[in-house]
Formats: sequence, C-alpha cells, structure tokens
Amino acid sequence: MPDTVLTLEGVQTFIDQHHILQGVSLEVPAGQALVLLGRNGAGKSTTLRTVMGLTPASRGSIVFDGADITQARPYEIARAGIGFVPEDQAVLYTLTVEENFRLAMLSEDEASFARQEAVFELFPDLKKFWKSKAGVLSGGQKQMLAIARTMVNDHKLLLIDEPSKGLAPILVDQLAESLNQIKSHTTIVLVEQNFHMASQVGQDYYILDDGLVVHQGVMSDLAQDHELKQKYLGIA
Amino acid sequence: MSNVAQSAALELNGSQNLKKWGGWILGVGIWFLPLLWTDLTTYLVLTVAGITMGMLLFLTASGFTIILGLMDVINLAHGAFFAWGAYTGFTALTLLNKYGWVETGSLGQSVGSILICLVLALAIGWVLGVILEWLLIRRTYGSHLKQILITMGAALVMAEIITIFWGPNDEVVQTPAAFTGSIDVFDVIVEKFRLLAILVGGAVFIAMNWVLHKTKLGIIVRGGVENGEVVQTLGHNIRRIFTYVFAAGAALAAMGGTMWSIYTQEIRPDMGEENLIFALIVVVIGGMGSVTGCFLASLMVGLAFNYVAFSAPTLALGVNIMIMAVILLLRPSGLMGRD
Ligand SMILES: Nc1ncnc2c1ncn2[C@@H]1O[C@H](COP(=O)(O)OP(=O)(O)OP(=O)(O)O)[C@@H](O)[C@H]1O
Ligand SMILES: [Mg+2]
Repeated sequence: MPDTVLTLEGVQTFIDQHHILQGVSLEVPAGQALVLLGRNGAGKSTTLRTVMGLTPASRGSIVFDGADITQARPYEIARAGIGFVPEDQAVLYTLTVEENFRLAMLSEDEASFARQEAVFELFPDLKKFWKSKAGVLSGGQKQMLAIARTMVNDHKLLLIDEPSKGLAPILVDQLAESLNQIKSHTTIVLVEQNFHMASQVGQDYYILDDGLVVHQGVMSDLAQDHELKQKYLGIA
Repeated sequence: MSNVAQSAALELNGSQNLKKWGGWILGVGIWFLPLLWTDLTTYLVLTVAGITMGMLLFLTASGFTIILGLMDVINLAHGAFFAWGAYTGFTALTLLNKYGWVETGSLGQSVGSILICLVLALAIGWVLGVILEWLLIRRTYGSHLKQILITMGAALVMAEIITIFWGPNDEVVQTPAAFTGSIDVFDVIVEKFRLLAILVGGAVFIAMNWVLHKTKLGIIVRGGVENGEVVQTLGHNIRRIFTYVFAAGAALAAMGGTMWSIYTQEIRPDMGEENLIFALIVVVIGGMGSVTGCFLASLMVGLAFNYVAFSAPTLALGVNIMIMAVILLLRPSGLMGRD
C-alpha cells in the first residue's frame, strides 16, 4: 500500500468562466484525517468536488491509490474507492433511511451488510428511523446518515465537507468522536470551519485561499499560531 | 416580536394546510360534481370512459415525467413514440386480419392480436427511444432550449416518416372481435375494450411502482430524480440508466398509442401532438417526476375531459387547462411534486 492515498498536482478548475482552483497541490497520507481549512469561498468544496469529478479539473493531475482519476466520471471515482459526503443535501429526502443505505452499497455482499451492522453501533439513531423517509430526520441525523451510508463500502478514502455545519456543540463532539473511529481504518479528507472539531479530528492541515494552497502543517502547531489563524481563517 | 413571528408562522402554516387540503378536495370533489347535471347511469358510463382515457394517458405521461425528473430532459418527441406505437399496432392488426384473427377470430386470436400489438409497440418504442437518446438527447443535457428545439424537430421528422410509410390520411383501426361490443353491469353499458384498457393501465401502474420501490434500479431512479449528482457520487452511472429509462418511457408511450388507436378506432400521422398536450397537462398537474402524482392527474384529466365533453364538447380541453391553472395556483409544484 502506498503511503500517499491521494495526490493533487497543480489542479485547476473552471466553473463556467470562473477560474476557481488556480493550481492546488496537496498530498493525503494514508491512515489519517487531513483537514482543509480556509475562509468562505476559498475553494475547499470545489477541491473535493473536483476530486470526485463533479467539477472536473481542466489542468493538473489527480492520482488516487496509484491510478490517474483526473478525467474519470463521478461514478467511476466512487467505485474506485472514494466516498463523498457533500456540503448540502447529501441525503435523499424522498428515500427511506434503508433505501439511502441500499443506494450507497456498491456490492450487496456479506461484508457490506456486516459493515452496515457495525455502522449502527456508531450511529444507533439510524436504526430507529430505518423505515422512515430521510426527509424527516433532524439536521444532525441527516448528517450522520450521509456519513454512515458511505461506510457500508470498503472505501480507501472519505471526503467529508463541513459535517458540523448547523449542529449543536454536543453533536459536534459526538461527530468528532465518530470520525476518530472511522479514521482508524479509512483515510479522511475533512473540510471544516469549526476549528474545535478540526483540531479534535485532524492531523495534517492545508489552508486554501483564493483557489491556492497558502499554508500547510500539522494541526497541533496551528492551534498555537494565532497570527496564521487570524490571517487566513479570521479567528483569534 | 417573537409573538408576531410566531403568529406569522402559524398563519403561513395554516395557509399551506389550506392549499394542501384545497388541492385534495378539488381532486376528489371533481369526481362527483357532474352528478349535478347528469343522471347516475350516464355518470357511471362517463366515469368508466374517463378512467379508461386516464389509464391510457398515464402510459404516455408517466414516461415523460420520469424522463423530466431524472435528467431534466424535456422531450417533446414523446408524443411521436405514441403515434409510432399506434401505427405499429395498426399494421400488425391489418396483417393479422388477413389471416382472420381480428374481425372474426376466436377469443384466443383476439387476445393474441392484442398481445402481438402490444409487444411490437413496446419493441418499436424501445428501439426508437434508444436511437433518439443516442443520436440527439444526450447532446442536449443541461439546456432546455436545445431540448425543446431539437425534440420538436425530431417529433416533426417522426410524424413525416409516418406519412411516407403509411400515407397522410386517417385510417380505421379494427378492434379484435372479442373486445368489441359491451357488457351490461346493472344498466351501465361498459365497452369491453375499456375494461381491457383499464386492466392494462392498472397493471403498468402496479408494475412501475413495484420496479420503483422494490428494486435497486428503482431506488437509483427515484434517488436520481431527487438529486442526480449525489446518486452519481454513490457509484451509479446515471447516464446509462437514463438511456434505459428513456427507452422504457418511449416503449410505454408506444404501447399507449396502440391501445389508444384500438380504443378510438382511428389513427392519424399527427396523433402524437394531441397526446403530447394531454401528457404535458398531466405532468404539470401531477408534479414533475412523480409517478403516483402522474397516475392521479391522468385519471383527473381523463374524467374531467369525459364529463365535460358529454355536455359541452367544445369545452373539454379547456376545462383541463383550467384545472391545471387552479392546481398550479394551489400547489405550484403539482399534486405530488416536491416544492
Ligand atoms: N457554480 C458556481 N458558479 C460560479 N462560481 C462558483 C460556483 N461554485 C462555486 N463558485 C465560486 O467558487 C469559489 C469557491 O467556492 P467553494 O464552494 O469551493 O468555497 P468553500 O471554500 O467551500 O466555501 P465555504 O466555506 O463557504 O463552503 C467561490 O468564490 C464561489 O463563489
Ligand atoms: Mg464549501
């Protein structure tokens, strides 16, 4: 197993005429949670969406697990082993919780159902709402479903975009705990505005600004670096 | 301050409820309104006719609504599949009639004729659907304007090809002998073919619901109607699935065309256009992408058309457009559409 799961090199992405990513390079080491930070509009979501093939890169390269996926379609990328939890509207409201799981399960084999059982232990609420439409879940439960659903597959990498958005502090702590359990077997790239959550889960970090990587390092150092936090994240 | 906000919220809630219930009361009430000016027997005959028409409309409109919901594709050539299905059935019946299966044959031969028509129509619709999707539709993703222009052109071409093969004139379609005539249920005259049409339409509705709710393909389609992007990132090739859905929708429309032509006993090269207008009304009333909404709306349109056509034929289409307008006022996203 290579010790780098995902490599972006000079990735540029246009949305319509707008030059959103202007050459993003980053490396995701295996077996940890890497955090993408940056102010609103910095290009964090676009970076994840570009990796997923939703807003394909027009220049640069994306290598996942040794294979070039720069031009691959979203469903091919998912099948190659990347799970994606998007920023908004991640769960399908009109489907039941069960159907959301079934939709996510790439191969309906024993191993997948075993992983599904394991997911219930992490997110017991979901079992309670198994037959309910996902639309009736609370915001936090929806977020949990969006994450849990990807875990029925044996993904090598999870891309998670702002899971703490709109959650009560106690739920954020629970979620951080869950992510810490997940990262023991799956590498995570986490976009997170909640600095508390980011430092609870993340090891390495990258800071994006205006579609470029402007800084990188390890979370424990960043926590001390008030000047850097002030400059790029707007927090004291 | 918060009191004002609260009462405003309550009021909003109330008016939403009113709209919701208003829609349902209208939807159900319309079934009984005609009793004010028709006697019970006539009413029941018209009701059967309306349900028949609704079931046949459903065959076309259901494909249209799923195609629209899943890939956001407006396919104005959908009615052309209907016409092609009708002409396919007509040709099959004409041939079978030469062997004495249609106008004179046994019950088995009548049933066989209908089955052959339906299977051929489904096949023709499927093949035409795949061709159209490959040739044109996939080049128009994301642009409604392109879709409207290109599919309108395709509809004209498809109607033109019909006149080349079959000529520009109306033709009479034979109903297989066993399905002509009617039965008498407590003084209510029910044409046999109507019963068959209701049976076929109902079976398609049940089968469609089964596929949509009980199979993985169905879950993918329903998920895709709601949010195609998410479904793709879960590992599903929505485009390939859409090709199948498009072809299935075309096949159902063609089947609807066969049934319709045998029901009305006539075909015309431009019969697809009229059907498309009804399908559009049904889709708007039912809510885009909703099969159950489409089913209810088809019945509503079929019933309203027949009730009104009986006493004021010239108003029949107008009344459906009116229903559409009222429903849109009450529920802008249609009966079962998402807001
Ligand atoms: N569909 C789009 N059309 C035009 N511009 C877009 C589109 N999507 C994103 N952008 C622009 O791209 C830039 C980066 O957006 P992105 O969503 O990646 O930011 P982000 O870092 O995730 O921000 P946030 O923290 O607010 O989620 C923003 O300036 C945004 O306005
Ligand atoms: Mg974002």
